[in-house]
Amino acid sequence: MNKIAMKCLLGLLSLLVVVGAQAQTQSTQRDLSTAQAWVEGIEDPTLGYRSWIHGIVPVAPAAPEADTGIDAAINAATAPIASWIGKVVFFKIPVFGAQLPLVVLWLVIGAVFFTFYMGFINLRGFKHAIELVRGDYADPKSNGEVSHFQALATAVSGTVGIGNIGGVAVAVTVGGAGATFWLIVAGFLGMSTKFVECTLGVKYRREFADGHVSGGPMYYLRQGFADRGMAGFGRFMGAFYAIGIGIGALGIGNMFQSNQAYVQLNQVAGGALDGLGWLVGLIMAGVVFLVIIGGIKSIARVTEKIVPFMALFYCLFAIIVILMNTTAIPQAIANIFAGAFTGAGVAGGAIGALIIGFQRAVFSNEAGIGSASIAHSAVKTKEPVTEGIVSLLEPFIDTIVICTITALVIGTAQVADPNFAGGAQGVAMTSAAFEREFAWFPIPLAFAAVLFAFSTMISWSYYGLKGWAYLFGESARSQTNYKMIFCAFVALGCIVQLGPILDISDALVFLICVPNILGLYFLAPIVKQELNAYFARIESGEIRKYK
Amino acid sequence: MAKTMLVGIDGSEPGVRAAEFAASVARAHEARLLVVYVIQWSPFTFNTPEENESRQRRREAEIEGAQSKVLAPLLAKLADSGCRIEGIVRHGRPAEILNQLAREENAAQIFIGRTGASGLQNLLFGSVASHLVQTASIPVTILP
Repeated sequence: MNKIAMKCLLGLLSLLVVVGAQAQTQSTQRDLSTAQAWVEGIEDPTLGYRSWIHGIVPVAPAAPEADTGIDAAINAATAPIASWIGKVVFFKIPVFGAQLPLVVLWLVIGAVFFTFYMGFINLRGFKHAIELVRGDYADPKSNGEVSHFQALATAVSGTVGIGNIGGVAVAVTVGGAGATFWLIVAGFLGMSTKFVECTLGVKYRREFADGHVSGGPMYYLRQGFADRGMAGFGRFMGAFYAIGIGIGALGIGNMFQSNQAYVQLNQVAGGALDGLGWLVGLIMAGVVFLVIIGGIKSIARVTEKIVPFMALFYCLFAIIVILMNTTAIPQAIANIFAGAFTGAGVAGGAIGALIIGFQRAVFSNEAGIGSASIAHSAVKTKEPVTEGIVSLLEPFIDTIVICTITALVIGTAQVADPNFAGGAQGVAMTSAAFEREFAWFPIPLAFAAVLFAFSTMISWSYYGLKGWAYLFGESARSQTNYKMIFCAFVALGCIVQLGPILDISDALVFLICVPNILGLYFLAPIVKQELNAYFARIESGEIRKYK
Repeated sequence: MAKTMLVGIDGSEPGVRAAEFAASVARAHEARLLVVYVIQWSPFTFNTPEENESRQRRREAEIEGAQSKVLAPLLAKLADSGCRIEGIVRHGRPAEILNQLAREENAAQIFIGRTGASGLQNLLFGSVASHLVQTASIPVTILP
């Protein structure tokens, strides 16, 4: 087993080197046609691959950035690193005229494998997941512990974000209606990956003397490989993951979010906040400071409560908007199926639609990145499998429900009026689809987007913190240091345009899915064993319902 | 087998009165009295990840606090009431937990104090007493 593992690793490393070298030689050719590339759904010329990872488009017209010295200097210094790591991590291979990023392929292959290996746990565990969340199996004697519902809600608020609103709009613009079909397929497969990583997160988490717990991929990678006689390799993988999530959280889960929140606020305010990024940034950093350092739970509770209601409110109105276009529904659905297999009008045809749909799904629900596993490992449970089963619902809610509903809102609007958006893209396009029915909708939508961004920041501050604590210890002082850095980046996200730093963060977050999925393959037999034992005890009545 | 009676307390004055009254009834019936303190908790709230992480520790602290600050002094006060008394602390919705314990312990009767919260508060949240009256499967005695 050890030899196989080493061979896999060597193979992987050599692949990365080759890919990196190729990417560099290709870079000059690609730069020439970036404008064309965006049209083909690859990436936006100014935002680079951030555009397709997060599904964002530049706010038109891209405001000239003040070269105020410091950020220009930082950008100049980091751009080469960003460009290199980005090209390696997001390396794309041409497939029938479409561009397939290898990292998406890596995540989807993993998801397909876990779906089959776990015997379609995403289907057979679904009903049980709902029973667990409802509390049917909760022993009243352990009341007061974190419930399955609470763990799920925390993890979901970390993944539901701007991508669910704007990212889907970009996906259906470039991938056509058919992308929706593949998005649902990828969301469905991603449920199995989530199951495996969240089960492992709980199984291998560490409990400290004072009763608090820490878990996540860094712990199961270290311990899991150590259990198989590869302690050194496990330590390397754990530390690699911790560094990736620690730095990655500052960009993807922080600067990017605060920046998007500012953009949304400014749009609603009709540009009144132009040049006031520093003020918005400082206010947001202040609020985040109060929550994560000041321990002001009331603010956190308010957002954590509002976010699910916002998500419900969003879905409810989306369904109303879809129903108001009743006559367009059959055509919109027909377009999804037809587009999925013909890819009419999409670069790369059906394959192009497939890639864009898969891409949107994996970047939206984060299955395979391991972040949710950190959130779930805080839950005290005798059965790690139960947390895994509950986590199945995250890609379901995030991708299959919320993303699909957004796609249908846009799809029905397109059938009713092909030019409804008037060239708007991203969040603005989704907003325009709602606006056709409810003129006032853009304001609550922007408000929802800001709150989604805020709750994502809170969740990611925790993910990053756990990576930091894994490396530098769990002491309160060390953790406060990271939290201070995190708050500083919240403000920076609104003040300066640190594109290369964001690119490095994105690349790191998707780079860590390499060790994570590799670890999942190695540890999958343990999860399968636990799963079978668990279901056997349910069959035999040893684990019973309390309600 | 001796009968079991339940009394729900919440640290308020009516709760103490209910416990004293329940103890006298239990003695008359030679029943065992279970004093129940319920810490308000719902599995359907929304927490930050940090709250989740320290939840176990906080839960223990809450139970410990309820034991030492409310239950222990009350049990000491009732020590010479002449019936067998036990205390128990649970998390959850008070009326639901009392009903559940009543079923588990096969209890004969539930006692509870009426806190007389303001009208608005009752309108919004409903009182434990009225909820219990509507849902209990055994007689409920409410003390003012």
